[in-house]
Amino acid sequence: MESIIRVDNLTHTYGVGTPFQRSAVEGLSLDIRRGEFLGIIGHIGSGKSTLIQHLNGLLKPSSGTIYLDGADIWAEPKKIRSVRFRVGLVFQYPEYQLFEDTVRKDIAFGPKNMGLAADEVERRVLAALSAVGLDESVLDKSPFALSGGQKRRVAIAGVMAMEPEVLILDEPTAGLDPRGRESILQMLREYHEKRGSTVVLVSHSMEEIARNAQRIIVLSGGGVCMEGTPAEVFARADELEAVGLDVPQSTKIAAALRRRGMAVEGSIFTVDALARAILPKKEVGSC
Amino acid sequence: MSTMIEVRDLTFAYPAQEEEQQQGTVALRNVDLTIEKGSFVAVLGHNGSGKSTLAKHMNAVLLPSGGRVFVQGCDTLDEQQIIAIRRAVGMVFQNPDNQIVANVVEEDVAFGPENLGVPSADIRRRVDEALAAVGMDAFTRHAPHLLSGGQKQRIAIAGIIAMAPQCIVLDEATAMLDPAGRREVLATIEKLHREMGITVVLITHHMDEAILADRVVVMNEGRVAMDGTPTEVFTRVEELEEMGLTVPDTVQLLYRLRAAGYDVPLDALDVESCADAVFGALN
Repeated sequence: MESIIRVDNLTHTYGVGTPFQRSAVEGLSLDIRRGEFLGIIGHIGSGKSTLIQHLNGLLKPSSGTIYLDGADIWAEPKKIRSVRFRVGLVFQYPEYQLFEDTVRKDIAFGPKNMGLAADEVERRVLAALSAVGLDESVLDKSPFALSGGQKRRVAIAGVMAMEPEVLILDEPTAGLDPRGRESILQMLREYHEKRGSTVVLVSHSMEEIARNAQRIIVLSGGGVCMEGTPAEVFARADELEAVGLDVPQSTKIAAALRRRGMAVEGSIFTVDALARAILPKKEVGSC
Repeated sequence: MSTMIEVRDLTFAYPAQEEEQQQGTVALRNVDLTIEKGSFVAVLGHNGSGKSTLAKHMNAVLLPSGGRVFVQGCDTLDEQQIIAIRRAVGMVFQNPDNQIVANVVEEDVAFGPENLGVPSADIRRRVDEALAAVGMDAFTRHAPHLLSGGQKQRIAIAGIIAMAPQCIVLDEATAMLDPAGRREVLATIEKLHREMGITVVLITHHMDEAILADRVVVMNEGRVAMDGTPTEVFTRVEELEEMGLTVPDTVQLLYRLRAAGYDVPLDALDVESCADAVFGALN
């Protein structure tokens, strides 16, 4: 698959010339492939947030280059705004960034800034609202009158409405309960399937990444320390723990069973897969 | 065991925000709950179940609309008792960045005891002991904003410990942390409970954290829906799933095996004992 974003030898140093000078990202290179669902994991301080803020030009590299569709995004610094329309970034706890007095205006803010015609803005607001699973009845309400989960959906819709080629989300499920988490992930899977656009999910939940990402990049100490399919990455449980991460609990049970001499075939991240692997075929029920 | 916190017929409604809304949102309905001194209680529930609202009643951040909350016998509605209540019960919140007030770790930890009017020689001792208790004594002179999330949250816990409370309430204190940060904070909480006998109330979404507790309370729609040991609660798989909660993978797997006719216990909560049970049943 061709790459839509290429990061080449990126270094970013905060606080240059102060006693706090520190490189959050150092000599990092990676490719994001067009149309893929990519998961990025790494402990706090591994450079995830610094990295993703470079992908739409919010941060400028201290050295190294970010290519979008083969072109250096900083080749013409005055045009960096157009990069932000093509690469949409949803921050952690995005509901804190809602600011308009109606949901409609909040979602419309991005597309309006792109200079689109009023009817195109309206079309995008409705499409984004439906993509995040909200009803049109919320459009004229104040975003602050909604529940926490609804606010988050509105905030995500605001980025989706720009119809970016790459949608990057930094821990979109943080602070939500299991049902809320699953419905956000479901929404992202549908968005990815329907639009075929590239989705990058940054998460601390190994279960979430294992179940959703087609490919995983693991960051540690400001660089890429592992890369591969969920099966490849979660097979390296000891290395993941050494960099402050974890593997899904089902993966651990599978490993514990193998240590006891049981043949558990395949890569296991979910209870479903584990039950299928260990139970005789006809007995596998669904739950 | 004596009682640390007694919640009696507690009802709470948040005030109405919009004109069209006649009444406020009722978050708690007739909750009765007694937390024993020295216990470790996990409170689970989906978003909006009332668990955080309940937690905020435990040191008078919120006051009951109906019913009463007593902390060591002191009524939270009695203004004269507020200081005693806040001394007895410390709260740790979700976001470490919102809880740190000073530019140097030791000054941040000293903030609480200073406000309690503790003599300065005692403050020095309390700060050192609190930082040692959370394993952050090597960072006394560091700047808090340059620490990791798990480290910041441990500083916030140290700030509470320095006030020498009998009880700590953690309101989703690990929600923003990575797996290593969560492990650090949980290990700290377990140690404080075990070694200092501090009563712990842990509000969480993470089922695997609730396993550490000796009692699990599940909140649903503002009421206590389940109350028992982790084993008693987690084996009620279907009810938990109906309430939008998930059970640990270990219990789910054992549950599936049982449905398939194998004789396995449902109470093997950790990975190794689950593997033992599964291995025993299938071989």
